[in-house]
Amino acid sequence: MAEAQSTAKRSRFDFGYFGYQLKRSPLTMVGLIMVVLVLIVVIFAPVFATHDPNAIDLRARLAPPSMAHFFGTDEVGRDIYSRILFGGRQSIAVGFFVVFLAGLTGTVLGALSGLIGGRTDTVIMRLMDVVLSVPSLALILALAAALGPSLVNAALAIAIVRIPFYVRLVRGQALIVREMAYVKAAHTFRAGRLHILRWHILPNTLSPVIVQGTLDLGSTILLASALSFIGLGAQQPTAEWGAMVATGRNYILDQWWYSGFPGFAILFTATGFNLFGDGVRDMLDPRQKAR
Amino acid sequence: MRKTVLDIDNLSLEFPVYKGTVSAVNRVSLHVQEGEIVGIVGESGSAKSVTAMTAMRLLPSESFRIRSGRITLLGQDMLALSEQKLASMRGRDVAMIFQEPLTALNPTKKVGAQMLGVIRLHTKLSEREARLHAIKLLTDMRINDAEEILERYPFELSGGMRQRILIGLAFACSPKLLIADEPTTALDVTVQKQVLQLLRQKARELNTAILFISHDLAVVSQFCDRLYVMYAGSVVETGPTREVLGAPKHPYTQALIRALPESAAPGQPLRSIRGVVPNLTDMPTGCAFRERCDSAFEACSAIPPLFSLDEDNRASACWLCEKEHAA
Amino acid sequence: MSAGKTRDTVLELSDISVRFPSGSDWLGRPTSHVHALNGVDLDVQRGETLGIVGESGCGKSTLAQVLLGLLQPSEGLVSGAAASDESALQIVFQDPQSSLNSRMRVWRVITEPVFARQRKSTMELRRLAVELAAKVGLREETLDRYPHEFSGGQRQRIAIARALSSDPDVIVLDEPTSALDISVQAQILNLLDELQRERSLTYIFISHDISVISHMCRRVAVMYLGQIVEIGDAASLLAHPRHPYTQLLLGSVPKLEEDGLGELIEETELPSNRRLPSGCFFFDRCSFATEACRQPQQLIDGVRCCRAEELALTAAG
Repeated sequence: MAEAQSTAKRSRFDFGYFGYQLKRSPLTMVGLIMVVLVLIVVIFAPVFATHDPNAIDLRARLAPPSMAHFFGTDEVGRDIYSRILFGGRQSIAVGFFVVFLAGLTGTVLGALSGLIGGRTDTVIMRLMDVVLSVPSLALILALAAALGPSLVNAALAIAIVRIPFYVRLVRGQALIVREMAYVKAAHTFRAGRLHILRWHILPNTLSPVIVQGTLDLGSTILLASALSFIGLGAQQPTAEWGAMVATGRNYILDQWWYSGFPGFAILFTATGFNLFGDGVRDMLDPRQKAR
Repeated sequence: MRKTVLDIDNLSLEFPVYKGTVSAVNRVSLHVQEGEIVGIVGESGSAKSVTAMTAMRLLPSESFRIRSGRITLLGQDMLALSEQKLASMRGRDVAMIFQEPLTALNPTKKVGAQMLGVIRLHTKLSEREARLHAIKLLTDMRINDAEEILERYPFELSGGMRQRILIGLAFACSPKLLIADEPTTALDVTVQKQVLQLLRQKARELNTAILFISHDLAVVSQFCDRLYVMYAGSVVETGPTREVLGAPKHPYTQALIRALPESAAPGQPLRSIRGVVPNLTDMPTGCAFRERCDSAFEACSAIPPLFSLDEDNRASACWLCEKEHAA
Repeated sequence: MSAGKTRDTVLELSDISVRFPSGSDWLGRPTSHVHALNGVDLDVQRGETLGIVGESGCGKSTLAQVLLGLLQPSEGLVSGAAASDESALQIVFQDPQSSLNSRMRVWRVITEPVFARQRKSTMELRRLAVELAAKVGLREETLDRYPHEFSGGQRQRIAIARALSSDPDVIVLDEPTSALDISVQAQILNLLDELQRERSLTYIFISHDISVISHMCRRVAVMYLGQIVEIGDAASLLAHPRHPYTQLLLGSVPKLEEDGLGELIEETELPSNRRLPSGCFFFDRCSFATEACRQPQQLIDGVRCCRAEELALTAAG
């Protein structure tokens, strides 16, 4: 088989190849469609929204889904459909913010740890062990409570807890790359650490970090919603999925649409990102590449 | 006439890949007779390993398509055989050894436990008998302290020792055919020589046929009775080893031998083969070697069949040879 | 090597030993050592190709790392013109797959030794890459591709171009063609030959392949268990090996013209390099060993065997 592979050459950014892989994996395709759908809807929320998400209409309190209010209204008559569209902005922004922050910090720390080794490595890794040794949900709750309830603080708390995963990932990759012959070659022409970091370690850790990030998006959105649900995230009157589910809980028996639709939005988004993330991992996995 | 152990008849096989198909094996016919040591030599991309793996049906079934041909191994149609029958054949009637002996052994289990497992899977021997058999197999491989070796883990042993253990194990059930895929490529020359000697000795003793896959002309020249030279998925020349390597007929075989460092006069540059191996996803029409061949002429734009040169299994897939032979 | 002093020595190793700690007790103190090199003396002359042959575990790769300054020897001294100048030494590795970063474009790979040490404009670097690519037979339009898009032989050309880019005096070739097909090997060896003549390069050619060594090298050193057991003019050493190990090694090399495999070799296991033998390192495998061989052997007149002269006489008589 190895003989056949060497003849199949292609460039790194080949969207044709991307499409070819997508076609072979229908679940990834479904995930991609879900993600794109969510992103479009959320980005163009003002276009799709039928009402102002914060407009109170006490005459139409807790109205069931109808042509006027697609997903019904809440206890002060706000349109749930429009609130979900705008609320998605919060949830998804949190997702990207957390992944970006944790990914960046984790990559820097992990690369330093793997490249320099020795005491730096020990200090960084023990610090990460401390973070990992506390159950992550408990730590997030404690951090979010300490920082004060707000969506940004919730995001920060989640990011801090996610950092060790990226550090470990990048450090492991750095340790592998450090032993590659091309890094040994770089030592022979007396390349500095920064050069090795910039040209060898970072480019080679990028794809696993992207995979990890894609997979993390779904769970982060879920976590941020959970924090809002228990009141440590988004505060009233900001529309946010988790917060909506939380207030809707009081009406769950009679007005199912109140928490039902935001809940479904969370489920849909998290599932979409997870399916897509799994697919991306398979595509970038060198063992899968052989096929 | 000796019995034929393995018969591959006009096999063509391709791998579907992104943007097309790799025509990996093209109309390959080869056979191995009882007790015979047959070599397949070729460079990377020549499909020498793929051909052998297909004969054992070791390629994942969804990864390839058979375009034509039949494979008969010990009278069984290998392309139609059930998985169950296949599993009982592998290891008992047909054994395989590979280039890297470490990957063929489980790193977490002792050598003895692994050998006994294989032996008892294919025979009805008791634990004690199997153990004695394992010790005999290792002793035959010139492993002096066989009992002690059984208690060791694979990583504690040298590459040469591991390969000797695997060869011993391959002969555990006196197979009719042993497929050896570059078994000595990872070994040092002094070890290689010993491993080859033991391999041949044991095969002759049990009348086991060997299909020996290698890129090393010199090794093949010393080890094999008969050989097939492959290039870009096709057999280009075949015959008794001495004759093929001593008086090669196909321009590719000739060029390959000329390119060896030992063929060059001191101080003279080596005679390399110009160009590169053709892209298997986009094969040129006609002879696959045409674009690199110095003696190509008009006829070469058609694919040359394997022309029989004499009764002695000697054949070459070149229009030039056909012309000479006819003249 | 007294005659060597008058010639132009670019690199000289004197009594180099390298030990790696292996295993440690609960305080982190090493419990034993792996003896990779055990007293290597070697001089490299300007413009020559020095071959280093040996089997796995003989220390030839460790030697390469010491030569390149990647490894500090536990004992001994590396000296010479090339040892002090950092860009004077370059290396070409065996595996062109792992020696080129697949995330760098080829022109970047080729010029890496230059831009790793000093700022240069992209224009300058590209011009250098084009020039070097032409030297090693790569087409200019392929410079923007990534290494994995090339075949093994082409990748090795890229690696050679990279080695040339800092304009070195000495290139260490660590099994440069072992991963290549025969027809491609011939192309690469010819290229190396041409480049050497054109740029008066010095090669240190490490290989296990005797036929390649004998084609490329004028002088050759045979290594066994971290020692040089025999060194001398390639043609005469390979034709008339004097050390019993060299004889065994050369006798094991398969030859195209030969039929059969000869007599069975019994012992092939190398002694452990954790506990070195007290006398001659080849004692256990040597069929000529006597009492005198229990003493440490010195490299005298290019051979580390006290019975070399005696054995040569018996062979002649």
